[in-house]
Amino acid sequence: MSLPNSKREARRRGASPASANGRSTRLSDMIAAWTLAGPALFLLIVLFFLPVLAVFVIALTDWQFGASTLSFVGLANFEEVFADRGFRASLFNTLAYVAIVVPGTIVLGLAVALLIESGKSFRAFYRAIHFLPYMATLTAMAIAWEALLHPTIGLVNQTLAGLGLPTANWLRDESTVLPVLAAIGIWQNLGFAMVLFLAGLKSIPQDLYHAAEVDGADLWLDRLRTVTLPMLGPVFMFVLIVVALKAFETFDTVQVLTQGGPGHASEMLLFTLYRESFQYLRTGYGASVAVVFLIIVVALTLIQARVMDKKVHYQ
Amino acid sequence: MMTRTFPAPTAIFRHAALLVTAALILAPFVWMVSLSIKPPGEIFRASFSFWPEQFYGIENYTKAITKVPVLRYMLNGVIVCASILALQIAVCAPAAYALAKLEFAGRDLFFALVLIALLLPQEVLALPLFILGYKIGILNSYAALIFPYVVSPFGIFLFRQFFKTIPDDVVHAARLDGYSELGIVWKIMIPMALPAIVAFGIFSVVSHWNSLFWPLIAVQDQNLMPAPLGLMSFRSEEAGSDYGPLMAAATLVLAPLIMVFMVAQKWMVEGLAAGAVK
Repeated sequence: MSLPNSKREARRRGASPASANGRSTRLSDMIAAWTLAGPALFLLIVLFFLPVLAVFVIALTDWQFGASTLSFVGLANFEEVFADRGFRASLFNTLAYVAIVVPGTIVLGLAVALLIESGKSFRAFYRAIHFLPYMATLTAMAIAWEALLHPTIGLVNQTLAGLGLPTANWLRDESTVLPVLAAIGIWQNLGFAMVLFLAGLKSIPQDLYHAAEVDGADLWLDRLRTVTLPMLGPVFMFVLIVVALKAFETFDTVQVLTQGGPGHASEMLLFTLYRESFQYLRTGYGASVAVVFLIIVVALTLIQARVMDKKVHYQ
Repeated sequence: MMTRTFPAPTAIFRHAALLVTAALILAPFVWMVSLSIKPPGEIFRASFSFWPEQFYGIENYTKAITKVPVLRYMLNGVIVCASILALQIAVCAPAAYALAKLEFAGRDLFFALVLIALLLPQEVLALPLFILGYKIGILNSYAALIFPYVVSPFGIFLFRQFFKTIPDDVVHAARLDGYSELGIVWKIMIPMALPAIVAFGIFSVVSHWNSLFWPLIAVQDQNLMPAPLGLMSFRSEEAGSDYGPLMAAATLVLAPLIMVFMVAQKWMVEGLAAGAVK
């Protein structure tokens, strides 16, 4: 997606004078244009811009859903949020989860892409299988994972026991629950990373490999290091940010499998946002969590836009 | 394309490694289907075998359909996804056409707003949208499940990019033929941009079929729940005691997606890659 590029393009086109049209035709053109764009603009304002403003306003009040009065309390909600051990655990867990899921997804996605691309047979077959979890209903798959991870009858513990390895109550143990959720996150997203890496690999000119061979890069590993990985740079950054965004937005597995537990061990930002806003009806607090979440997401997206912008320059 | 020719061991290693990762990827799907056709006794005896000694699929799937309204959940999903997609196209296509082909004051500002809206995650907006739904009295209805998504910034953006590739001459010719601007959108632009419309349609339907967060907030009534929310409530009721029917329900919810995927996968995967790498 080349957002910044198209923004620039729009600016350029907008700057050009609208040629020799008469004033009345321009007015009727404008009415026609706004008749087409108006409904979308109205809905964008009502469903996106007013709500996002409302979140910021609510975050500065002590309002509780259903209450008829409210007063402004400044940044008190944010102070409460950051002083709250539950929230700090949630933020820390989310960062830890992202720190496992992002490298795991990238390394495995790249490895699978390289394996698929290194031969010609069954490419579409392998690609389809690895991509499947990305589009599967995560709620349904979470239920399947729960069965796999069941402490007594689950396939995972049976296999481990059969191999003489230690077993665990994966989703009820504070030390395993977050890594297990992260493993499910990697399982879900690696196919997405794989697809993007495959596209990136296809766009590397073959000449570069020939040149590398002439220069003595005879081993596959040398060519990987000198040609493949450097040429994948832009794709790499894109995958990194998109997967990080996906990981920050994890909700379904937490909601279905752990409810943030045991204790706060698997509580993550969106689950905290949901529980505070809609179960505890701590509206101001929930809105503050939403603001923190929004800032993280927007920061990541802006980094992505900058990176893609740079990429556009040298293409 | 790393190397042109392969010594046999490399090819064998490639297949061996990919078969292992494919097996790990598929394990939850396979286990889910396996449990969905096993009787409770076999599930709790915990055997490794995929195929049950006693085929119990009919009982499990019947129970999933009769004891909980899984088909109803799926029908709700279809109604909600179809309504969202139809409204999104009806709202986004004319706006995208205006952005791509018409010159008007405020166009750049409008496009900037579309790009900013692309940044905003739905979950952040959920609280005000919940309050809005409450104020206008539509919570706990199909309308509640649909209204936050009737305009899609991504849809406007994608359609605009596609419409821009259609030559202006086509638009001028259509005007000379007496088409209205709206007529040009429906009769000329949309048919010509069909690949983009279909791609958007698949991603819209898949993401709303799978979504749990907003439905969890918007509806409580069992008869209105889309598939993921229905599955979740089924699971909480069962509390892990009746795996067979639960797995059967999960399999049923997944089945339409898998079928769409098998038909359209090559094309979906390539569309995604093209969009992202460009």
